[in-house]
Amino acid sequence: MSVIFEVENLSLHYLTRFGNKIHAVNDVSFTMEQGEILGIAGESGCGKSTLVNGLMGLFIPPLHPTSGDVRVGGESLMNRSPKDIRQNVLSRKVSMIPQGAFNALNPVRKVKDIAADVMAAHMKGMDRKHIYERLKERFDLFGMETDKVLNSYPIQLTAGERQRSVIGISTLLNPQMVIADEPTSALDVTTQKVVIKLIFELLEKKIFSTMIFITHELPLLRHVADNIAIMYAGQIVEKGTAEQVVFDPRHPYTKALMGAMLSADAEQKTRKPTAIEGAPPNLAKPISGCRFAERCPSVKPECKNREQVIRIVGERQVRCEYAE
Amino acid sequence: MQNKIFDAVNCVRSFGHGKKFMTAVDDITFDIKDGEIVSLVGGSGCGKSVLAKMMLGLYKPTSGTFLYRGKPITDHKAHWREVQSVFQDPFSCFNQFFTIRSQLKAAFGIYKEKPSDKEMEERVDRALLAVNVKPSEVEGKYPFELSGGQMQRMLLARIFVLRPQVLIADEPTSMVDACVRANILDYLMKLKHELSMTIVFITHDIGLAYYVSDRLFIMHKGKIVEQGPPEEVTTSPKSEHTVQLLEDIPDVNREWIKRA
Amino acid sequence: MKLFKNLLKSPMFVFGASLFSLVLFAAFVVPFFYDISQVTRVGNPYDAPSGKYLLGLDHLGRDYVVLLLRGLRSSLYVGLLAGVIATVLGTLIGLIAGFKGGLIDDVLSALTNLFVVIPQLVLLILISTSIGESGRSLTLIAVIIGLTGWTWSARSVRAQSSAIKSKDHISLARLNGDGGIRILLVHILPYLFSYVFMVFIILISAGILSESAISMIGLGPVDTQSLGTILNDAKNNGALTDGYWYAFLPATGIIISIALSLYLINTSMDGVFNPRMRK
Repeated sequence: MSVIFEVENLSLHYLTRFGNKIHAVNDVSFTMEQGEILGIAGESGCGKSTLVNGLMGLFIPPLHPTSGDVRVGGESLMNRSPKDIRQNVLSRKVSMIPQGAFNALNPVRKVKDIAADVMAAHMKGMDRKHIYERLKERFDLFGMETDKVLNSYPIQLTAGERQRSVIGISTLLNPQMVIADEPTSALDVTTQKVVIKLIFELLEKKIFSTMIFITHELPLLRHVADNIAIMYAGQIVEKGTAEQVVFDPRHPYTKALMGAMLSADAEQKTRKPTAIEGAPPNLAKPISGCRFAERCPSVKPECKNREQVIRIVGERQVRCEYAE
Repeated sequence: MQNKIFDAVNCVRSFGHGKKFMTAVDDITFDIKDGEIVSLVGGSGCGKSVLAKMMLGLYKPTSGTFLYRGKPITDHKAHWREVQSVFQDPFSCFNQFFTIRSQLKAAFGIYKEKPSDKEMEERVDRALLAVNVKPSEVEGKYPFELSGGQMQRMLLARIFVLRPQVLIADEPTSMVDACVRANILDYLMKLKHELSMTIVFITHDIGLAYYVSDRLFIMHKGKIVEQGPPEEVTTSPKSEHTVQLLEDIPDVNREWIKRA
Repeated sequence: MKLFKNLLKSPMFVFGASLFSLVLFAAFVVPFFYDISQVTRVGNPYDAPSGKYLLGLDHLGRDYVVLLLRGLRSSLYVGLLAGVIATVLGTLIGLIAGFKGGLIDDVLSALTNLFVVIPQLVLLILISTSIGESGRSLTLIAVIIGLTGWTWSARSVRAQSSAIKSKDHISLARLNGDGGIRILLVHILPYLFSYVFMVFIILISAGILSESAISMIGLGPVDTQSLGTILNDAKNNGALTDGYWYAFLPATGIIISIALSLYLINTSMDGVFNPRMRK
């Protein structure tokens, strides 16, 4: 197993019109091996979606990198123009399945044209006919009626075909890394399961192998991810294997998150889910000390002044000096 | 015997004609009693939202009868004095040009005679406190200045302001984070216990419904395929669709999908 | 306020707004220093520009600067009045058609389409001719332009209004007991303000152009000068064939400046306002 994706002390900020900086992502580091699925979970506003842009090296104002590095297969994505990133990185090295993607296909173009546009943007000089052939080969792998699907408009497809097409198009150019940003959050539980099954099927067919899966549903990650990173207020507060994080959380925030989860299990009904009171800190203001201190049930007086760093507790990373 | 709030007999609602004809609610018979929390559970397109709109009087049945307290719904305003709703997307529910507070106050518009200004202000304050928001936190704030969780609470605060007899909660948790969800459910329970409200909770997540409901209605393709107390429905489901809904939830303690 | 700051970042807006300010300055500030109250003969027909009369004299020997300034003020008046009438009428019809839907929408949309099909200029010419020389005042012309120019705004407002109608906050307003008129004015119109404002700006510009067009072909107001009547006079009195450039170039330049500046302001606003609208 080789490391293919490295994120090193990545910090990102938004520059507001008034010149203020909002530090949306702070000191995020992790590495991923070929074939790994990493789940990233946290509340909305914790910086998940900002991090996605950073991981692709796509900095469109007002988003700017503050410091740190992102490397895919050893190649840095930092300090490159959006044009360079779009041409040489997106779809080929890193590809994204965006939020609400399954209704995002251009309704007035045929699937084959949408897909061909993606290929043509990255393969200069390849003629349309050749592209269509490549497309057909790839879509055949997905177990669909390829000719029918490719020649249809998105609205003519069934929901399942549309999902396959979206994921198919996102992975056309064999990206080394796929980032799925809340792909199932807007779906009902049944459709969610169908989409996850599809993703597993594509993994099995080796269409792609390494993935970051972003969601706010921790229980879902338990089934999807190998490793889970929990984000809070722009930082990773805990990272370990899926089993470790879900069944034996160590950071107070992860514990609180698990406590807020619901379950349909009869044995679980006696356990009342408890919400986390309060709101995450305002990232436009400088924060001293632990970011979770305000809401932490086991807060100590010194927590508010002492910045927390990642340390190893029980074979996983935790950003809390009192975690055991 | 308890009063029936809603009483539907062989109720059908269809839309369109010719090729586009579709039946959203298909021959449904049920009743909801005073003080109950009933959940309508089903996937997208199962007809649960159309049924919710019928309860609000926005759709009339194509055939069959649909009664509220024994009478068909005719006067909308009179109906909405007693039956109110919380919607799915809290962000799109408020007018972005007015403060939250003024919009909570605007809810009194449904009354024939508004209470005095002082009483309205007091009731808004109390409603905000009921959903754990200090009135000062939202003073002068506009909808886009609040987070999704806060906005969903504002929708619930509106219900605390109006104190209707019946609440139709249309997927109030589907657009908010998992951790805010528990909160929303708490407030629904509070509405039931403190104001003895009848609540119809609409969701696609049987796990959520299980926590709050007295009875579950499982819907599929416009029909109620199973109904009963939550324990019974979840532990010994009779309909294949119920089994499906239960299996689809990615519960941490159960096998879900195996990765090859 | 934030929007305005964003606007200032757009070079298109800055240029358009500066140009338009210059036009307004000429129309309303310059007259304090340059007497335009009298339109009298001060020299020979088509005297060339000189130090005293910067833009020369017309076919009757009148100062072109006076005529142009008076004409500019008339044109702005026509544009504003026609713009207000067309915007109010179009917005009202569009709002109601989009919100009410059904039969009312069908009738209003049919009416709009009817007016779209008939070219505005033809209608203007027909009405202006039928009124005759005696009754053609500046205000009447503006009203006619306004009454025939609302179709475009009605169509675009209708589309927006019917889109907003199905939003959740409208459903909530109904549950609050709000009636149709209140929903229209409080819950739909504010969402269209930026849009209506842009339509208004374009309609002012269209009003000025329409007035110039019909005045130039001799169907303009008889009670005063406008930029169009200046062109008409120049055309009728041989300025084009005899090469008196100062008889038509300045008036044309002013008309183009107004239309261009308003167009630039509108386009730049579109870029700033609309990203939110499209969402």
